[in-house]
Amino acid sequence: MDFGLTDEQRMIVETTRAFVEAELYPHEAEVERSGHLRPELIREIQGKAIEAGLYAANMPEEVGGAGLDTLSWLLYERELGRANYALHWTCVARPSNILLAGTAEQREKYLFPCIRGEKWDCLAMTEPGAGSDLRGMTASARQEGDDWVLNGTKHFISHADLADFAIVFMASGEEETPRGRKKLITAFFVDKGTPGFSIREGYRNVSHRGYTNSVLEFDNCRLPASQLLGEPHKGFEVANTWLGATRLQVAATCLGRADRALQHAISYAAERRQFGQQIGKFQGVSFKLADMATELRAAELLTWAAAWKFDQGSVTEADMSMAKLKASEVLAMVADEAIQIHGGMGLMDDLPLERIWRDARVERIWEGTSEIQRHIISRELLRAVGG
Amino acid sequence: MKVLVPVKRVIDYNVKVRVKADGTGVDLANVKMSMNPFDEIAVEAAIRLREAGAATEVVVVSIGVKQAQETLRTALAMGADRAILIQAADDVHQDIEPLAVAKLLKAVVEAEAPGLVICGKQAIDNDMNATGQMLAALLGWSQGTFASELAIEGDTALVTREVDGGMQTIKVKMPTIVTVDLRMNEPRYASLPNIMKAKKKPLEEKTAADYGVDVAPRLTVVKTTEPAGRKAGVKVGSVDELIAKLKDEAGVL
Ligand SMILES: Cc1cc2nc3c(=O)[nH]c(=O)nc-3n(C[C@H](O)[C@H](O)[C@H](O)COP(=O)(O)OP(=O)(O)OC[C@H]3O[C@@H](n4cnc5c(N)ncnc54)[C@H](O)[C@@H]3O)c2cc1C
Ligand SMILES: Cc1cc2nc3c(=O)[nH]c(=O)nc-3n(C[C@H](O)[C@H](O)[C@H](O)COP(=O)(O)OP(=O)(O)OC[C@H]3O[C@@H](n4cnc5c(N)ncnc54)[C@H](O)[C@@H]3O)c2cc1C
Repeated sequence: MDFGLTDEQRMIVETTRAFVEAELYPHEAEVERSGHLRPELIREIQGKAIEAGLYAANMPEEVGGAGLDTLSWLLYERELGRANYALHWTCVARPSNILLAGTAEQREKYLFPCIRGEKWDCLAMTEPGAGSDLRGMTASARQEGDDWVLNGTKHFISHADLADFAIVFMASGEEETPRGRKKLITAFFVDKGTPGFSIREGYRNVSHRGYTNSVLEFDNCRLPASQLLGEPHKGFEVANTWLGATRLQVAATCLGRADRALQHAISYAAERRQFGQQIGKFQGVSFKLADMATELRAAELLTWAAAWKFDQGSVTEADMSMAKLKASEVLAMVADEAIQIHGGMGLMDDLPLERIWRDARVERIWEGTSEIQRHIISRELLRAVGG
Repeated sequence: MKVLVPVKRVIDYNVKVRVKADGTGVDLANVKMSMNPFDEIAVEAAIRLREAGAATEVVVVSIGVKQAQETLRTALAMGADRAILIQAADDVHQDIEPLAVAKLLKAVVEAEAPGLVICGKQAIDNDMNATGQMLAALLGWSQGTFASELAIEGDTALVTREVDGGMQTIKVKMPTIVTVDLRMNEPRYASLPNIMKAKKKPLEEKTAADYGVDVAPRLTVVKTTEPAGRKAGVKVGSVDELIAKLKDEAGVL
């Protein structure tokens, strides 16, 4: 096994880190305090990100992305993850991989403009009554002649206000299976402005200031069959094929933020003096640093190993769940202890720690809650022995 | 016209420098190393000349330990066309002195025949500020040091130099050596697509012995110490008090 970075990986990290520090960090305070990302700021940073080849770098080379292997992509995600989420997600966007599943026409209409920075996508699965249990969704699509008619509500949909279109998952029927009746799900592209489709302001939440979520309403929203993403009733198959690595993406961004908090904590412990010495000389502080660094390294290794296996084609659901679970939980611990080491100053928004601590909270909930990750891991363990 | 740019691998400017316990120098073990920032500016200047059509090829060269090839890869990812690594040391703590570097560069210039050499004005590790000047002397070429602007006009170059109290523009005959200052340009990010392409660009590996240059140190480091910690400041009550202190205590007025 080789745990070193290649020259390319080292340079990807260096370029992305330099970009994040020079182009994103200086705008964090504005976004954090106003809760808003100015359109001019988005355009300015977006232009620079496109020039540096960082924009949509998750995409394959054939469609204008950087063509990175999974590990290199996640190293890039870790660097971006250090910064305010609204800034990096909007201005250095990584369009959803599911866009690659579209037809040639759909690629022209949705994928390429997203890669060029002309459009943004959003993805809508969750409903007020269906979160972890997505199959329980009630928003529906019914076929009428060649058209499809959508009804129902989606909520918590990230950056839908900014997006030009939504990729929406709808219940489109039911089938009998040996384990009972199961809902069939179909995925659609829905353009903003389509009659019967409206977007309402969502909730204000503790994490990721400036990064919005919205409520999507469908009221007899009629779509031609050309708006189907993939085959009818195969929505989850499409999602599973193309969204497999998003848990690793969450893990990687958590690692970046945790590392930023840890570096602050190490510097502070070496500088801050109380009782006549550096607080880092007190074991109560230094052992915290040791635990933070050790846990973070463990989470990193889980994530890099899963990435490596992803490219080998040997990754399992449990591998990816373990990485997401560990990285998001380590981030929470590291952010909390970094604040503790800073004493009162850690709570003040002069430092990025209070927001890293707030931002950490959502990571254990979205892209599958920690409980759902544990469920996936344990099912894989038990199924192997017939459980 | 071919442009040659020497690049040095130095301790990263963000790293908090520590002196080795025995005082022989700065501790470089497991420390982040990067391209000398002035050399990054030199690479950027050369690439811009090529983009503007004033140069046809940018060749970068690094002299030092084998790991300097990382620095060369970074220069290739920024956009340089070709790289030469001259391995002259095995130990990261062995600094190759300016005269030896200049002699090796002279040999490279003789082999490559560039029309222009762009160097950083100094390396941020030992701040010698000597290599470009020594190379010009060894080659018998003209030189324009501390450049903040550079324009090529036929067989002359206009070099705007940052001198005490202002800017000085000189006209030098080509081929020439230019050493660049901080304000020459803002180096670009090595873009992701260019990073992926850099791997396929040629990197030639040589040793100092190939050029018959003796790189043994001529200088002896007597002692390395950390700068003394800054003393706490004082608050003054009035402008008069400030002026009095500047006159009587600081002696600057
Ligand atoms: C800021 C934000 C942005 C989001 N963006 C999007 C988006 O863009 N698109 C989108 O589709 N969704 C989005 N989501 C939704 C997100 O994916 C869900 O919040 C998540 O899947 C959890 O669903 P829920 O909130 O309904 O919680 P529930 O599923 O109701 O869970 C409540 C609790 O029950 C536990 N639980 C549920 N089932 C089990 C079980 N089987 N075993 C043990 N415990 C269980 C959960 O772990 C949790 O602790 C976003 C959410 C947030 C907070
Ligand atoms: C919102 C807020 C309101 C406040 N209001 C007031 C107020 O009204 N009046 C007032 O006087 N103060 C106030 N404070 C100050 C508060 O009491 C201090 O923040 C607290 O005592 C910690 O001191 P510090 O922040 O300087 O951290 P430090 O003392 O610098 O501690 C930094 C870290 O070092 C650790 N540490 C320090 N010494 C040791 C040791 N010997 N062994 C092991 N670990 C050690 C600490 O536990 C901590 O983790 C307020 C603080 C906050 C955040």
